[in-house]
Amino acid sequence: MEAMDLLLEEGELELPSEPMHLNMGPSHPAMHGTVRIVLELSGETILKADVQIGYLHRGFEKMCERGTWAQVFPYADRLNYASPMLNNVGYALAVEKLCQICVPDRCQYYRMILGEFARIADHLTCTGAMAMELGAFTPFLWFLKAREIIYDLLEEETGARLTHSFGRIGGVANPPSPSFKEMCRGALPRVVALVEEGEKLLLKNRIFLDRVQGVGAISQADAIALSWTGPCLRATGVAYDVRKAHPYLKYDEVDFSVPVGKNGDAADRFFVRLEEIRQSRRIIEQACDKMPDEGPVNADDPRVMLPAKDAVYTTIEATIQHFKLIMEGAKVPKGETYSYTEGGNGELGFYLVSDGSGTPYRVRIRPPCFPITGGLAKLITGGMLSDVVPAFGSLNMIGGECDH
Amino acid sequence: MSKLVLERLVAKFGSDVLETHSDFGDDTARVSPEIWRAVGEFLRKDPALDFDLFVDLCGVDYPERADTGERVEVVLHLYSIGRRHRVRIKTRVGDQDMERAELESLTSIWSGANWFEREVYDMSGVTFRGHPDLRRILMYPEFVGHPLLKDYPANKTQPLVPYRSEAEAGVPLEKLAPFREDEGMSFPRRGPGHAVTPVADRERD
Repeated sequence: MEAMDLLLEEGELELPSEPMHLNMGPSHPAMHGTVRIVLELSGETILKADVQIGYLHRGFEKMCERGTWAQVFPYADRLNYASPMLNNVGYALAVEKLCQICVPDRCQYYRMILGEFARIADHLTCTGAMAMELGAFTPFLWFLKAREIIYDLLEEETGARLTHSFGRIGGVANPPSPSFKEMCRGALPRVVALVEEGEKLLLKNRIFLDRVQGVGAISQADAIALSWTGPCLRATGVAYDVRKAHPYLKYDEVDFSVPVGKNGDAADRFFVRLEEIRQSRRIIEQACDKMPDEGPVNADDPRVMLPAKDAVYTTIEATIQHFKLIMEGAKVPKGETYSYTEGGNGELGFYLVSDGSGTPYRVRIRPPCFPITGGLAKLITGGMLSDVVPAFGSLNMIGGECDH
Repeated sequence: MSKLVLERLVAKFGSDVLETHSDFGDDTARVSPEIWRAVGEFLRKDPALDFDLFVDLCGVDYPERADTGERVEVVLHLYSIGRRHRVRIKTRVGDQDMERAELESLTSIWSGANWFEREVYDMSGVTFRGHPDLRRILMYPEFVGHPLLKDYPANKTQPLVPYRSEAEAGVPLEKLAPFREDEGMSFPRRGPGHAVTPVADRERD
């Protein structure tokens, strides 16, 4: 039988040689986060990539300039919605730095415990979603089951599962519930057991490992030059963790280690996050032991703290103070400060400028995943199209934070 | 906190460092915009300072300073992972209409500055000379104005960007490319000698 293609001229046999343009996102089923990646492909190799963000931009910084200092908390919740408590604490610490307030020990431990639970939830979401995007659905369900336990605990404490708005300038909204420590100690082993069960499905899974090992690798020098922080930077071997380098709250009084990776690839970022879950467990356990059961929670500072409710209803001074704090807002001294904490994705910074009034003059957030997403184009250029999904998944881009 | 950074900065640049303070423990220096890049280079390269992490860049608008051409304060935060110290560098640019609101780009010193400078350009209207790809990042290309300037009303709305009609696009709508040429990255016109031109094309030419 005669071959069909003999009739064709040689030139016609060639595959199209022009690079192909592909538009990925902004709503792509295999990517978490609303981001658009414009790719130039030669075959399946990425020649050029352009990452476009901003789809979740809500004008966070502009909104903050309209209300009082305390009204920023609900907005801060919605930045990194995978770990809202860390944003709450970060913002509260920034304003307290301006006001030069130091909250009592009990509150510091309380904030630390809640924050570490939020960090576990954040890492569970990221690692679980990353596995799911690569086709491993079961670990995702296991990790979310563990996250539910944390959400239940946070709901018990704060009244809300996700957007707690629990931080206050000079403390927290409510003191710890009587069974708080008991709940923490009960929840931790259950969370870790579920994590271990989910892990088992992945850590020896050839299909999963092949998709993540060596994928999206970045060198130490490049990661630093790109302003990366957090687990993504630590996966390259740089042990920079704000909790260790510049301890805030009571992180200098608990014993924990900073896990680092070696290769800076998607697998290392995955492992670093899993290990950080275990370190967070250690932190919570120690903090539970050290946290005083009695004593004041909130700072005793009438400049920022609302007076007790019974005093508001019975004395004119407290009524006026309450009214002024709500209507005009707490007066934060004039000045500027940059306060930084370790968020779920890295250094979460707040640069605040106050003109001495009850409204922030400028609230600038330094979202850790903004520069990390900025490095995504470098990460995937030269790789295969299918590697975009694990590389992007391992960065844990959170749209609300990245897009302000 | 040590004052080492500020001392070295003043020793190197003298009167171009306009003011310094260490309020709340944050070492801060305000420099004149002309030496913006030189300061960045010095802070990065000086072995005793070694600021390797570009932490943050943002603009703060002070309309009352517009008369002196110091309307927007561009604030840079740097950190040194090895030496564990931080510094804040500020400079002021721009008048009422944001004329001459220009700075030299720092992208060649820290590649991470790329997106931060785009954001300051987008939100506060400061242009960065020598930036490889200065376009809006959080807002869309059709957006008018810079939202974080104080004279941009917070409740202002802008019209939706209409879809192009077939007459405007010049091709049937289903044949339209998913993005326009001026949108997203600029894809260079391909020709002989271009890095991605396949060999076969080059020979044909």
